Amino acid sequence: MFTFVLKKLGVVIPTFLGVTLVAFTFIRMLPGDPVLLMAGERGMSEERHAELMAEYGFDRPILVQYGSYLNDLFHGDFGTSIITRKPVFEEFMTLFPATVELSVCAILLAVLFGLPAGMIAAVKRGSIFDHTVMTGALTGYSMPIFWWGLLLIIFFSGILGWTPVSGRMSLMYFFEPVTGFMLIDSLLSGQEGAFRSALSHLILPSIVLGTIPLAVIARQTRSAMLEVLSEDYVRTARAKGLSPARVIGLHTLRNALIPVITVIGLQVGVLFAGAILTETIFSWPGIGKWMVDSISRRDYSSVQGGLLLIAMIVMIVNLMVDLFYGLINPRIRHTE
Amino acid sequence: MSELTYVEELDTRPTGRWALLKEFWAYFSENRGAVIGLVFFVIIVIIAIFADAIAPHLPNQQYREAFLKPPFWQDGGSLTFPLGTDAVGRDMLSRLIHGARYSLFIGCVVVSGALGIGVILGLFAGFFRGKTDTMIMRLMDVILSFPSLLLALVLVAILGPSLINAMIAIAIIQQPHYVRLTRAAVMGEMSKDYVTAARVVGVRRVRLMFVTILPNCMAPLIVQAALSFSTAILDAAALGFLGMGAQPPTPEWGTMLADAREFILRAWWVVTLPGLAILLTVLAINLMGDGLRDALDPKLKRS
Repeated sequence: MFTFVLKKLGVVIPTFLGVTLVAFTFIRMLPGDPVLLMAGERGMSEERHAELMAEYGFDRPILVQYGSYLNDLFHGDFGTSIITRKPVFEEFMTLFPATVELSVCAILLAVLFGLPAGMIAAVKRGSIFDHTVMTGALTGYSMPIFWWGLLLIIFFSGILGWTPVSGRMSLMYFFEPVTGFMLIDSLLSGQEGAFRSALSHLILPSIVLGTIPLAVIARQTRSAMLEVLSEDYVRTARAKGLSPARVIGLHTLRNALIPVITVIGLQVGVLFAGAILTETIFSWPGIGKWMVDSISRRDYSSVQGGLLLIAMIVMIVNLMVDLFYGLINPRIRHTE
Repeated sequence: MSELTYVEELDTRPTGRWALLKEFWAYFSENRGAVIGLVFFVIIVIIAIFADAIAPHLPNQQYREAFLKPPFWQDGGSLTFPLGTDAVGRDMLSRLIHGARYSLFIGCVVVSGALGIGVILGLFAGFFRGKTDTMIMRLMDVILSFPSLLLALVLVAILGPSLINAMIAIAIIQQPHYVRLTRAAVMGEMSKDYVTAARVVGVRRVRLMFVTILPNCMAPLIVQAALSFSTAILDAAALGFLGMGAQPPTPEWGTMLADAREFILRAWWVVTLPGLAILLTVLAINLMGDGLRDALDPKLKRS
């Protein structure tokens, strides 16, 4: 296991350096002078320009710039937003819980519905249920989720008036954030109705963000189950006269879950990409919306910092999934 | 003295191009969904090709007396504008028909770009191994570390928002998948006898790579091409929706949705129809892709 971990790290570390290089190059690849570009149409005086060039270190040799960039990163400095003048890391961390809360709910929804749907579809292969689930999954997989979000708003907010259109919390309630997760904070605040408000704000965005993972999980569970169901040991278990529930629950599901868990882990990147669209539609104050806003505000140092932080999170989660996979499946650990 | 009369059983299936195509069709047509997808896709292609002739109006013509007209079956709708008009009085149906052109064009350009670069890089990685391989694969790992849409957004921020730049960005985020697939397939082929034989005869390297090995690696690439065609359409529409893809007044479906957002509760048709067009097109292609995979995957094929 130790050599397996080392091997994985041997791949992750150069990739991480590559990712920092991409984030570093990003600002320098923008057409024109980065400082002027941030100033936008207003422009700026010669002196201010030189001052800013020196402040951001754009006047130094490129390798020195990269060195000091890496050095800053290792000290937890991800740059400063040019608009708000606050450290990018701080801004990221204030918004991050909102995205995590949304993503966790989305993935819970996806697992809660996708796993049983895929399982039953596999067991009842060829049935109407199987066809319905697979058609539904392919439709979900083909869904332009930004449109799906708008449809849900039309139906549930416009026609039925059940759910709010945007944001995380009704303006009627106010409380200091403790954990940053509205569902928990609203409960802690003890205000009546606050939890309900948080939940009703959360439900549509979670459905939208969970749609593609739900489809992927249902498809993956079905095909993993089908593969395991055709294995010899399942036939043996059946021949021994074990009850179907025992064969499926104990012998099949446990083995089918291994690839499914990996797929769930790999949804992190998908969730971030989806969060960009979902948060924009529902004005959800999270990382995705912040990135889109930063790009349109030309706050490129925030974009740079956010890009790197998001890539780091995706890499760390993927590494953990890899290691976990190696832990539960010795075959993976010893090959390659 | 009796000689050994064991004769290896010969594979007597016909191998001509036509026969192969026929065998492929036999597997493909078994999948009902795939056939439905194919039919629908052909219809979209026809609509896109003859858009000028089919569309009742010009896509960007504004009718000042007809803002936000509903479709013909609703009160106030008329057959002049069968699917209604948008906020500046343009015919929805005509814009949707012309939008099909953009989506197919985006899919074609992105897939050829990503496929072309990806296959060449993957061939080099799988053929030469060693340092070339490590360098190429690490580079691909770096690209894959970013959530795809985020990287596309940032690339467009660098290049400037336009349809062409959106397509370049999407091609860049898609090609690592082709590199990985090609590399894996090439590595599988490299150890086979026919490659060794070709080497012994002295076939030149470039010919060996592109003429001898590559054609045998095509099956997974074709399946991937179908899947990434649909992803390209979705991503381009998403970029258009965020204002970073095709710019108004281009009748691109994602851009149309972005324009329609403010009328979401007043005029359902300006929001519903472009999205439905995206969904149906992508669904048709994905259905076809599933059928292609089943027909081309040698593991699933019964001999």
